[in-house]
Amino acid sequence: MQFMLLFSRQGKLRLQKWYVPLSDKEKKKITRELVQTVLARKPKMCSFLEWRDLKIVYKRYASLYFCCAIEDQDNELITLEIIHRYVELLDKYFGSVCELDIIFNFEKAYFILDEFLLGGEAQETSKKNVLKAIEQADLLQEDTKVSFSPSFLMVWSRNAAEVRDSCGGSEQASWVKTAFLLLVSTERKFWITLNKDMLRKIKMQAPL
Amino acid sequence: MPAPIRLRELIRTIRTARTQAEEREMIQKECAAIRSSFREEDNTYRCRNVAKLLYMHMLGYPAHFGQLECLKLIASQKFTDKRIGYLGAMLLLDERQDVHLLMTNCIKNDLNHSTQYVQGLALCTLGCMGSSEMCRDLAGEVEKLLKTSNSYLRKKAALCAVHVIRKVPELMEMFLPATKNLLSEKNHGVLHTSVVLLTEMCERSPDMLAHFRKLVPQLVRILKNLIMSGYSPEHDVSGISDPFLQVRILRLLRILGKGDDDSSEAMNDILAQVATNTETSKNVGNAILYETVLTIMDIKSESGLRVLAINILGRFLLNNDKNIRYVALTSLLKTVQTDHNAVQRHRSTIVDCLKDLDVSIKRRAMELSFALVNGNNIRGMMKELLYFLDSCDPEFKADCASGVFLAAEKYAPSKRWHIDTIMRVLTTAGSYVRDDSVPNLIQLITNSVEMHAYTVQRLYKALLDDISQQPLVQVASWCIGEYGDLLISGQCEEEEPIQVTEDEVLDVLEGLLVSNLSSPVTRGYSLTAIMKLSTRFSSVNRIKKVVSIYGSSIDVELQQRAVEYNALFKKYDHMRPALLERMPIMEKTASNGPTEIVQTNGEAEPSVVEPKHPPPVGQPASQGNDLLDLLGGNDVPVIPTTMPTKPASAGGELLDLLGDLSLGLSLMAFYLFDLFKTVNFLSTGIPPMTAYNKNGLKIDFTFERANPNPNVAVITIHASNSTEADMTDFVFQAAVPKTFQLQLLSPSSNVVPALNQGTVTQVIRVLNQQKQQLRMRIKLTYIHKGSAVQDLAEVNNFPPQSWQ
Repeated sequence: MQFMLLFSRQGKLRLQKWYVPLSDKEKKKITRELVQTVLARKPKMCSFLEWRDLKIVYKRYASLYFCCAIEDQDNELITLEIIHRYVELLDKYFGSVCELDIIFNFEKAYFILDEFLLGGEAQETSKKNVLKAIEQADLLQEDTKVSFSPSFLMVWSRNAAEVRDSCGGSEQASWVKTAFLLLVSTERKFWITLNKDMLRKIKMQAPL
Repeated sequence: MPAPIRLRELIRTIRTARTQAEEREMIQKECAAIRSSFREEDNTYRCRNVAKLLYMHMLGYPAHFGQLECLKLIASQKFTDKRIGYLGAMLLLDERQDVHLLMTNCIKNDLNHSTQYVQGLALCTLGCMGSSEMCRDLAGEVEKLLKTSNSYLRKKAALCAVHVIRKVPELMEMFLPATKNLLSEKNHGVLHTSVVLLTEMCERSPDMLAHFRKLVPQLVRILKNLIMSGYSPEHDVSGISDPFLQVRILRLLRILGKGDDDSSEAMNDILAQVATNTETSKNVGNAILYETVLTIMDIKSESGLRVLAINILGRFLLNNDKNIRYVALTSLLKTVQTDHNAVQRHRSTIVDCLKDLDVSIKRRAMELSFALVNGNNIRGMMKELLYFLDSCDPEFKADCASGVFLAAEKYAPSKRWHIDTIMRVLTTAGSYVRDDSVPNLIQLITNSVEMHAYTVQRLYKALLDDISQQPLVQVASWCIGEYGDLLISGQCEEEEPIQVTEDEVLDVLEGLLVSNLSSPVTRGYSLTAIMKLSTRFSSVNRIKKVVSIYGSSIDVELQQRAVEYNALFKKYDHMRPALLERMPIMEKTASNGPTEIVQTNGEAEPSVVEPKHPPPVGQPASQGNDLLDLLGGNDVPVIPTTMPTKPASAGGELLDLLGDLSLGLSLMAFYLFDLFKTVNFLSTGIPPMTAYNKNGLKIDFTFERANPNPNVAVITIHASNSTEADMTDFVFQAAVPKTFQLQLLSPSSNVVPALNQGTVTQVIRVLNQQKQQLRMRIKLTYIHKGSAVQDLAEVNNFPPQSWQ
């Protein structure tokens, strides 16, 4: 794979990963042209197109286009699977991922991509292993406070699950049955695995 | 200074901007804050600031002032810093700038870090954007990590090694020892990346390829386990176990098996197994099948397997998923040359794909369709392709039209069909047809002698409908000029002849001249056509008028033509019929070695050459008789109807027209014209010779010398036939070496009567300025007892006096 681009239906770039050395100007030019070309495609058209001397594989998931440029000898159909695997990883990590997640947590999207692909090739074919690695790496982050956007505050201590819902009537409250605040200390032994049944959606924000 | 705002805050704020200007203002403000924060060397918030900078960079704003900060983050001890630092390095730094080299030491340290995730970050960054210098420095570290037992690091090291090899191919050897037991790993991540590494090495080095061939059995075993093993939740994708690994192994097998019998044989079974057992309901299964087909086609597989592969592709063509269809067409295009018959079986499906909505699929289907056309399916295929030509997008029309012409030329079942097909293309896609098709088509039309009336009629009717498509108009006007007499006389056999008068035809042609739709080239064609009709129609006055009008045309080309035609009317009217005679059948000329066959004949050409005319070749001797009649009389024994040029202004074009005929010849023709009157046919004492005597046909040469020019030898051939059957359609052609110039005049007849009852004579004039030994190659064609005979011969026995 030479590069991967994620962009919205309005043509706004959400992620760009380049596996070939190009100047900033060239990258911008390629991005602009390719985005235009892909956005001009009709829905009935197939996911592959030839562009310059590369094969472009693209797929739309909701409002985001995932676009990869592969070389002549690469398998287009498996590239579709790679794109799908990446989307699944994002989905698992963010919990029903949407474009906003990727906008507000773009660095996480990169981290996940870098655990899945390296130098343009897949480094890990097990979904579980990729997610585990990300989880562990997240834990290494110093002073990670995990919380929702300001309208939410969720607390979860290592002894018991204290549910405190201070969502303040925001429309997002509807999808949250229970709220948690996760305080993760740098000492990993205090980390307790999350109970999937109790969580619908968690957005993790590092104190950046 | 207050703490810099958080990343999410910034993102939220920027997103509230309603205009580009507002956004730019926010960004500038924040950048200023970040810059001052960097200046203060603030460690605490550096990470946050760089993250914000990366966001702004993604929006398209410059962020180069953060490059050094990324390096500082990488050097920090905090994991959060390193994570953002390495990300920043991958996004902001590129190997053109020297800044990136400062990373090398950091990466080296981090490659040896106690925490595997830090090592992972370093490997990832190096494998993504490491320059060749960095790779050289750090290859040793990568190699070390390739041998570690930690699978998390090993898999990353393998891909990092791939990058190193791509950047610095000489370092490939270094990684060889570490590859020894890569494939015995259980961990799929390591297996996958190892296969990628092995693939890279094999692709780059034939030695490595030979070395790794011994891994084929192991690879086959791994693949077999993947297929046969039960459900493995960790690697399962829609019921298939680790499709990514399967595809990579298949690709490596392809490279290892190519050109090698033993390896290919070792993988035959597993390939067949994969091909038959893989579930095809989802894309993932088809991805594996696709790779399998590619492998089968590339290695030395047995024919049964190849047929299986093509059939898989055939099934793909019927798949609802357009991606699968696309992939199938691409693969079939690659294999159509080698496995033509197998692909033919899927022809109807391929033709159906012409109607697909997707542009790429249509294009592939078109290319493939043309590749599959042969003598058997030409009628059916052409119907489909012409229908496609009608309805396709303009971007396809030129290629499709060319393809149709090529296919029609190769496989046309009949001349009528051929002409009809051409007509269809011209009328539906006439403006997209390539420029060089016009002369090709004209040549084709002249060759189909019996179809002339039909052709000109159809073209005329097409012109009445539409004069906007230039290639069509050009071909049509040329034909009308040539065969206008057939059009008027209503001689068409193939279809209902139309009733059209001379005036109507001239109306149409004149209409072309004045129309805004006509290009200058087209106008040239129509003017010449009108001129030609002056010898075929009786309304000469009208034509004279038209021609004289254009004598003052602004278009220089038209003006020149008109002026010359005027001159033809005024001063050379007696030559006009000869010049504007019917064109001979043109063959595609090809040089025959050192000698150029110069086949001028009893044929004149239009003086101003239509720029795209192929050279005149061939000899319908009947025309010579027409000429004799027109000029009314036999007092002139031989008519020098060879008048290849008019004034030198047309000489340039004529050079093209007549191929390699030198200008000297055309000038000579002029002399000849005057010489005609003074040529002395008396024998000059050079003994005659027999040039050819075979199968009952004997050709004798007698010599004369043209008086005014001692360099010109005049040879008269006498052809006689001693068999009991006449030789009809007799054509004599001659060629001489380049140092000579040759001119063939009209023969006395083209029937050599049987039993020596008469001879056919023909005059050859040879200009021998360099006084070299005369050599000649002759070609004879005739019909004898119902079959066509053709023969080539060399004539070397010229008496010395003939050329000295």
